[in-house]
Amino acid sequence: MAEALNIIDLENVVVRFSGDSGDGMQLAGNIFSNVSAVLGNDISTFPDYPAEIRAPQGTISGVSGYQVHIGTKKVYTSGDKCDVLVAMNPAALKTNIKFTTPQSIIIIDTDTFTKRDLEKALFTTDNPFTELHISNTVIDAPITSMCKESLKDSGLDNKSIIRCKNMFALGLVCWLFNRPLEHALHMLEKKFSKKPTIAEANIKVLTDGYNYGHNTHASVPTYRLESSETQKKGFYMDVDGNKATAYGLIAAAERAGLKLFLGSYPITPATDILHELSKHKALGVKTVQAEDEIAGVATAIGASFAGCLAVTTTSGPGLCLKSEAINLAVIAELPLVIVDVMRGGPSTGLPTKSEQTDLLQALYGRNGESPLVVIAATSPTNCFEAAFYASKIAVEHMTPVILLTDGYIANGSAAWRIPDLASYPEITPNYVPEGTENWKPYNRDPETKVRYWAVPGRKGFEHRIGGLEKDYSTSAISTNPANHQKMTETRKAKIEYISTCIPDLKVEGNEEASLLVVGWGGTYGHLHSAVKECNQKNKPVALAHFNFINPLPKNTLEVLSKYKKIVVCEQNMGQFAGYLRMNFPGLQMTQFNKVEGQPLAINELKEHFIKLMEE
Amino acid sequence: MSELQYKPQDFKSDQYVRWCPGCGDHAFLNYLHKAMSELGIAPHETAVISGIGCSSRLPYYMNTYGFHTIHGRAAAIATGLKVANPKLSVWQISGDGDGLAIGGNHFIHAIRRNIDLNMILLNNEIYGLTKGQYSPTSPRGFVSKSSPYGTVEDPFRPAELAFGARGRFFARTIDVDGPTTVSVLTAAAKHKGASVVEVLQNCVIFNNGVHSILATKEGRAEYAIQLKQGEPMLFGLNNEKGLMQDGFGLKVVKLGENGITEKDILIHDAHTTDNTLHLKLALMQGPDFPVALGVIRDVEAPSYDESVEAQICEVQKNKKVRTLTEQLMAGEIWELK
Repeated sequence: MAEALNIIDLENVVVRFSGDSGDGMQLAGNIFSNVSAVLGNDISTFPDYPAEIRAPQGTISGVSGYQVHIGTKKVYTSGDKCDVLVAMNPAALKTNIKFTTPQSIIIIDTDTFTKRDLEKALFTTDNPFTELHISNTVIDAPITSMCKESLKDSGLDNKSIIRCKNMFALGLVCWLFNRPLEHALHMLEKKFSKKPTIAEANIKVLTDGYNYGHNTHASVPTYRLESSETQKKGFYMDVDGNKATAYGLIAAAERAGLKLFLGSYPITPATDILHELSKHKALGVKTVQAEDEIAGVATAIGASFAGCLAVTTTSGPGLCLKSEAINLAVIAELPLVIVDVMRGGPSTGLPTKSEQTDLLQALYGRNGESPLVVIAATSPTNCFEAAFYASKIAVEHMTPVILLTDGYIANGSAAWRIPDLASYPEITPNYVPEGTENWKPYNRDPETKVRYWAVPGRKGFEHRIGGLEKDYSTSAISTNPANHQKMTETRKAKIEYISTCIPDLKVEGNEEASLLVVGWGGTYGHLHSAVKECNQKNKPVALAHFNFINPLPKNTLEVLSKYKKIVVCEQNMGQFAGYLRMNFPGLQMTQFNKVEGQPLAINELKEHFIKLMEE
Repeated sequence: MSELQYKPQDFKSDQYVRWCPGCGDHAFLNYLHKAMSELGIAPHETAVISGIGCSSRLPYYMNTYGFHTIHGRAAAIATGLKVANPKLSVWQISGDGDGLAIGGNHFIHAIRRNIDLNMILLNNEIYGLTKGQYSPTSPRGFVSKSSPYGTVEDPFRPAELAFGARGRFFARTIDVDGPTTVSVLTAAAKHKGASVVEVLQNCVIFNNGVHSILATKEGRAEYAIQLKQGEPMLFGLNNEKGLMQDGFGLKVVKLGENGITEKDILIHDAHTTDNTLHLKLALMQGPDFPVALGVIRDVEAPSYDESVEAQICEVQKNKKVRTLTEQLMAGEIWELK
């Protein structure tokens, strides 16, 4: 076969696997992204799954998706639109058609496009393509029946056989992108190591899917993504943001020489951090699945008092419940890391979708003057760094730190180079120095305002702390008006001092542009890509993206005031913009806000920026 | 734990005690100092955690590690502390509002998990710090500032709640009874697992005399029974009354009447696993029955904190990784050369 003629070189490709939530689309997508990463491509993935665990089969509400973005150079997002859509049934086709372009290739399982399936997906005619007004290239593959044929001698029951059809689809996609199957086979062997028959069946169907593509669709061009040479050498693994957060916390505990303690209550989309940390008993990590959100943070506060690196993980509704206890850590001046994996709100809202709507809650959602540190992670792999530095600041500055991630980066994954921990800074708890006499628990470092830490079990430093205001000098309970003023100012100064310990705000893109895009947290990939594409089209634009929100980097005003136009882009109705206006009165800025529960769209951002430049 | 001998004042802080004169907390505090000195655990290895309420001020009067936390959460904070450092002797001080109303969920779950905490419930059947509202232990019909026509709800009986949560240790005392208080506090501390001690306590301002019938020696002899392991359940000024089983229930009998001798009287066994009789004893109340004081139930079971440590040891025996890097390198990785 004239393969050479039929291979098209690509720099980037986005593949979206979609099917019923029981169809195994997440696994197929995950294997495809790993196979590509092993080949040296950069990857970014995003699962898009329904809130229901198993909605009725074949219906719109049961559709689950997994999008994989692969690039020969660095990729920053899981991509707006897909180049290939795998739709395992009509409902998947209908729900995901919005993620395609007229050029996208669509792979369908023709066995699931019967009249009944079409009705379940609420199609009114027997031609779904005409009904959806699409004329894309469609690879028709009888996936279910080929899967059955492939496994007819396997001895497996019908249900188990049909479960393997995701591998047939994966085989087809691997063929389409010239991915060797070696690593995929290895992953399946490992995943089903305890069920060798299932492993064998999956491997056979995967291989048959690949061969089916090769043999029957020779006229369809296939694609090649060259291995990237820009990636740093080293050992890599696939991590999602929640895993990276868990690893960042473990790394920080190691660097601080402290035990890691997690008190948590399951909540979407944060629960995977609890799952991950619960696995690491060998590293001495202690996790308590508490009776409720409040007990999650309360056990962490108890562990912090005991001298641990103490953490609680949650999402928006849980953060509401934890507010009072977080305030206890504020006034008791104990280190505490609160990870809030943001989701759509208010109330239960959109549990499986992503938003940035907890910012003001994190900053101000407590009674009294209650300053604490707020940090936001920018990408799945950045969650590692963010969790590490959140822990470092909490322990070294004796303060609660809220780390904001979101559903998109928490569930999205990317190839991550396993870091050399020795290259990370040490974490030094501010213990009471040996030999200190007449020590009181609220004695503090005169410069940093950080109080000294004495941990129960240490002789001679028995002390009492608590939620009541304390005297600046004696540390006894005090209601003295001037003392409360002083303690309030001291707690504020302690947090403000941290701005001298964090990196300055950097500008990327075209620094000389007149338009500055401002963002924070998990929208980084989309803003970066939109800004880059504008600059490539000679539409100059700069980007300032914030990791550190309270305190802000000390050069923030200096950077922002250089630009004629500022647009603050957020997945909320303007919370960070409002925060900047409050901090820097007089600074003019416009806003770009979306709360659709979906990642920002690069094209939409680009159009908006270009419009702003032309105004 | 230290073998050193301590005096009660070793556990006393330099803070001026601010409870109302005549408040039951004063007496309790002194007995707690005494009990701690008898246990021989050093002040720096002891931590006292409280929530909010009059009694929750107690940690400030201790020369141990102490944490006055937020309303209702003492049990959860104490849980984190104990799991983080099982070597500490951890005491949780709560009132009936803090422990059973706002903190009810943490109370039952700490007991269910069997965390090795000494959970003290100072029960005066009233909210004192907010100035006189009924509490979850106030009797039906109780008139208070927030129930001027009497409450229309039934109270919790703390023992029932503790046993419902599979409590393994439950003791009861009254604030003014020094010997019983000291003995149940030391027994609670020695018990491995969640130990609940209900202290019947007077609020001199808002619920004065709530337990007055038991406030004197004579009253306790007549209307309470001091339960002692392995001893017959006798009470009365001259130990002339006793408890016998009566079908599925209990009955009060008089020795010598109807041919009843000491041999017919129930022998107390706090260590029996079955909690049926313990619950019956714990729920006894006047006028027909004496109120049970002393250690009612004391059954060994694995504590949560101990089990956490054991599980870590077990996993470490089988898995050799000790650092994050080792852990990651042993996982699903690939190399870019």
